[in-house]
Amino acid sequence: MTPKNLPLWTPSQMGLEILQQIPSGSSLNLGIGLPTLLGELMQPEQQLMVHSENGVLGVWGRPKTKEEASPTLINAGKETIGVLKGASFFDSAFSFGLIRGRHLDFAFLGGMQVDFEGNLANWMAPGQKLTGMGGAMDLVYGAKKIFVMMTHFDKSGQSKLLEKCTYPLTGKNVVDKIFTNCGIFLPQKKGFKIEKLAAPELEELLNPNDFSF
Amino acid sequence: MKTIKTTSSQLPNKTITCLKSLFSSLPIEKGTRLMFGGFGLCGIPEKCIEVLSQLPIQDLTVISNNIGNSGRGLAILLQQRKIKKAICSYVGGNPDLEQQIAQNLIEVELVPQGTFSERIRIGGMGIGGFYTPTGVGTIIEEGKEKKKWNGVEYLLELPLKGDIACIKAQKADTFGNLWFKESARNFSPLMAMACTTTIVEVEELVPVGEIPPENVHLPGIFVNFIFLGTNYQNSIEFLKTEILEGKEKR
Repeated sequence: MTPKNLPLWTPSQMGLEILQQIPSGSSLNLGIGLPTLLGELMQPEQQLMVHSENGVLGVWGRPKTKEEASPTLINAGKETIGVLKGASFFDSAFSFGLIRGRHLDFAFLGGMQVDFEGNLANWMAPGQKLTGMGGAMDLVYGAKKIFVMMTHFDKSGQSKLLEKCTYPLTGKNVVDKIFTNCGIFLPQKKGFKIEKLAAPELEELLNPNDFSF
Repeated sequence: MKTIKTTSSQLPNKTITCLKSLFSSLPIEKGTRLMFGGFGLCGIPEKCIEVLSQLPIQDLTVISNNIGNSGRGLAILLQQRKIKKAICSYVGGNPDLEQQIAQNLIEVELVPQGTFSERIRIGGMGIGGFYTPTGVGTIIEEGKEKKKWNGVEYLLELPLKGDIACIKAQKADTFGNLWFKESARNFSPLMAMACTTTIVEVEELVPVGEIPPENVHLPGIFVNFIFLGTNYQNSIEFLKTEILEGKEKR
């Protein structure tokens, strides 16, 4: 059941909810998909250091024009980016050492499914084109906190928050928080704890067995 | 400190003028393992790929993060069906590869990107394996040794080595000390260390000594051949600018 007529959060509203929860001075990685949007919402006062796994620390903004865009300055989504003063570049092994070694405060990833246990599936769906896991599997086991940013329902209207993931996992027991267009949820073994809802009416619409406490 | 200026270097000059005759002289046969630097199309060895596309070779094993995109980069070799096996971390946005996977024309080994880069790194560094938490509880752990330390589970991953590394740097001196531009470094220095033969193509070739020692990203000891390329495409996969984003509706 999709709550069609309710005022759900737009991607920008989801992004602002997330940014409110990020302490100033944090380091973070933005996954491909919805999380990329966070880069556009961040304010300099938050003093955030954005990491991109292809070897950049200090991603900031975009080149102004096509002429200013550099083919050698991209993020992990292969999009042209800008960097802030104090940025650095490094090779991929170093970049993933930074991730795996727990030096990164947050990783934001898109999601296909998240379940009660905090398992995440976001790289492979049966019947869909194979894309590969890229750096997602390393990120979920490396960053100190894993936040998933995704739409609450898939295209066929099924909830992406489940008792148990059915797609191949990206990581086991890794998700700390889920931000969807319906609200903010925490996986807690017996179900999802509701931290905040986009609209109070959603409480009745969401499957009561999954959000029982 | 007094520096002595010399016009010629006492280090070997590794530059070559013809990539095609170099590749023709190398034993590239069925199953030869070639590594290609680059993340997406950023920092790919365009000239090496171009020359390989002109040679009558096939059944290659290619180790590279993305294997090209839409007829560009390694997708040229894909379209020519020169690649039998690909070891990579991401195949999305690569229609040529997607099609060959769907038709079972190519064997693909998907490796998580951090494991991929570390396997290549240790391949060049004499380390026999490493334990990583990446992939625990997923299909990646199948058939791998598992160990638990301090309550954390790890998988044993083995080194990845190659026969020939094809990489691109912005700048090299004639000995092969390299300097990479911006985020174009990615896997290239690791691959240079992990392969028996390393070929680097560059946009700028300078005399030995011109790259200050503290700015050398990869020491020339890992480089066998240097080729000065011209007319680089340096394709941008997804152009994003402030102007474009200002136009985007949200």
